[in-house]
Amino acid sequence: MNRIAPLAILALGILAFATLMLVVFPGIQIGSEAPTPGLKPYTAQQLRGRHVYIEQGCLYCHSQQPRSADQAPDDERGWGRASVASDYAYDHPHLMGTMRTGPDLLNVGARLPSRDWQLTHLYQPRAISKWSIMPAYPYLFEKKAQAAPGDVVVKLPPGYAPKDGVIVATPDAIDLVAYLQGLNRTMPIEAHAVRDDGYETKGGAK
Amino acid sequence: MSLTIGLLLTLSFVVSLIALAFLIWAVATRQMAFDQRSASTIFVEGEEGHPDDAGVAPESDERVPHHFDTARAGIDSVSAWPVTVLLIGAVVWLVLGSTFGMIASLKLHWPDFLDAAAPLTFGRVRTMHLNLVIYGWSSLAGIAIMIWVMPRMFHTALRYPKLPVIGAVIWNIALILAVGALAHGWNDGEEWLEIPWQIDLLIALAGVFFVIPLVATARARNVHHIYVSGWYWLAAICWFPVLFVVANLPFLTTGAGGATINWWFAHNVLGLWLTPIGVGAGYYFIPKIIGKPIYSYSLSLLGFWGLALFYSQVGIHHLIGGPVPTWVVTLSIVHSVMMFIPVIAVAINQHVTVARNLWAVKQSIALRFIWLGAICYTLASFEGSLEALRSVNTVTHFTQFTIGHAHLGAYAFLSFTLFGAIYYMMPRITGRRWPWPAMIPVHFWLVVIGFIVYFVSLSIGGIYQGLAMLDATKPFADSVILLKPYLESRSIGGGLMTLGHYLFAAHFAAMLLKRRAETVEGPRETQPAVSA
Repeated sequence: MNRIAPLAILALGILAFATLMLVVFPGIQIGSEAPTPGLKPYTAQQLRGRHVYIEQGCLYCHSQQPRSADQAPDDERGWGRASVASDYAYDHPHLMGTMRTGPDLLNVGARLPSRDWQLTHLYQPRAISKWSIMPAYPYLFEKKAQAAPGDVVVKLPPGYAPKDGVIVATPDAIDLVAYLQGLNRTMPIEAHAVRDDGYETKGGAK
Repeated sequence: MSLTIGLLLTLSFVVSLIALAFLIWAVATRQMAFDQRSASTIFVEGEEGHPDDAGVAPESDERVPHHFDTARAGIDSVSAWPVTVLLIGAVVWLVLGSTFGMIASLKLHWPDFLDAAAPLTFGRVRTMHLNLVIYGWSSLAGIAIMIWVMPRMFHTALRYPKLPVIGAVIWNIALILAVGALAHGWNDGEEWLEIPWQIDLLIALAGVFFVIPLVATARARNVHHIYVSGWYWLAAICWFPVLFVVANLPFLTTGAGGATINWWFAHNVLGLWLTPIGVGAGYYFIPKIIGKPIYSYSLSLLGFWGLALFYSQVGIHHLIGGPVPTWVVTLSIVHSVMMFIPVIAVAINQHVTVARNLWAVKQSIALRFIWLGAICYTLASFEGSLEALRSVNTVTHFTQFTIGHAHLGAYAFLSFTLFGAIYYMMPRITGRRWPWPAMIPVHFWLVVIGFIVYFVSLSIGGIYQGLAMLDATKPFADSVILLKPYLESRSIGGGLMTLGHYLFAAHFAAMLLKRRAETVEGPRETQPAVSA
């Protein structure tokens, strides 16, 4: 090849074509889907909590995309039915993740609805599961001599509780837990909602 | 659905017609015409047949390491300053980036290590690691190589040599702001696109200062033919700005469609930016150091266009089994497998050239790095193609295996190539030999052994992790517990690699601090101009 302009035009043309295939067409197809019936937009508090989730980088260890029963036992683990594109109608940006260093969280609100459990776990995951390698988030909590009215006190087992005083959740921790409690995509979906069906087996449960 | 398939079929038909018309035009106007002799455009008159590994060769003279370097001294002296500035930034980010990577690795098996402050939490340290090694180390070092090699290849000095210096300053300021933003949790929330888009504007601006001199130099070239490295690099500096700007548009990221944009971008950064940097560098340095042109020049055409066509569409293999349309996932899987074609083309070219001249690998440590990088490119690409198969992906997706694979590509392929290139370039930029030649093999073995430990641990651990997660009879906890020893040995491997980087950075600094040799003046052109 001996000239720059044809090289650049062809290179950019190929990229434009790839963009059409990977971005524009899927975007049109996904965009034409209505939100999953029963899925509600996030509340202001949940959105604040979602922001904390992004700030702390939770998505690097937790996916939000349960797989189908034909592919993996995600549903059996209590992570919920296979998610479909319309489940993410209110997600901006998407937080599907690529790792499962920890479990999938798309339905954690349905699986672990207790605020107390979530707060204890965020303060020190190993207070609940000895084997856990999840980071602790002590800076999302405050140590106080005494809880003031309206404070949310974290329940801690002996050995993890401070010798004196109490551990109180900050607004960030409370918002984050509100977001986690709201993560629930257990509502039924149509049989042909958009998702990757490449693993579907004949007669297999979908 | 039937509408979609009909639309796709029509579209692919139309595109094929356009491509066919373009091909006929290209053949008719001899756009593609070149032969094996074109592969020798990287040499100056009479240079072919002379190996050029003087970077560390003991017998070489202190001031003028290679006879033909004097012929290029005029060209090299123009690019020396911008390339040095770019490389200083790259090496600083390498040190910082690998330190963050090391901390992140330790945190996975010592979860309570450094947990008192938010900037040190795993999610942020990992993000700083990724962004600094990609946009700091790899990108800046890659641009430095382009700016140094393209003028040599085109037999004329760099045009507008001040612009890349300004670009480097802006780019580095953007990265400093980015580290601050990421440490404080300000990020756009998508992998590979974390740097806030407001700061991305600065990076995009800096890019303009690199593209203008490179294009101007290519247009002013004194050879009719553009050497293969030039195809990769000129295409890459078209692709990356488009990708980077489009993917960072903040209103495009809504819903599941945002995930396809995310992975369209993230894999294209690898395929259409970092890969062309590394493959282009291999195509220049391997024949240059050996002193013989590459094995089959026409094959390189297949490698290049195959990469452009197939690599650009592999991104959605990151969403296999996910909530996006089946057809787009399958499309990306097909293209991932098609990548075997361009990868084999590059492999034949680069590996056969080296295999016929193995003596050179023994003599030149720069070539040893670049050769190993080229081998790892082949391995990483083969592994990537297999990993995209649904049966394999079911096991490896969501596991540490992916992290091992990512490092085989971005580290063992790209960074080894960058190390080799820097070892080759610096003596010619400063006019001095490396001050501690014995340190270079130490660096080599630290990163090679470190990487092997790293890669083997995560690959094996990742497979076990994936199998445990697929086994419904095992609780999720099993997949975490069984992984711990593998994460620990990864930290050992990562520690050796990081140590190697510190050594390399110290050596690089010592090289810069040495008294500069007097500048060798020479002509700014190594070949008379041709009428293109």
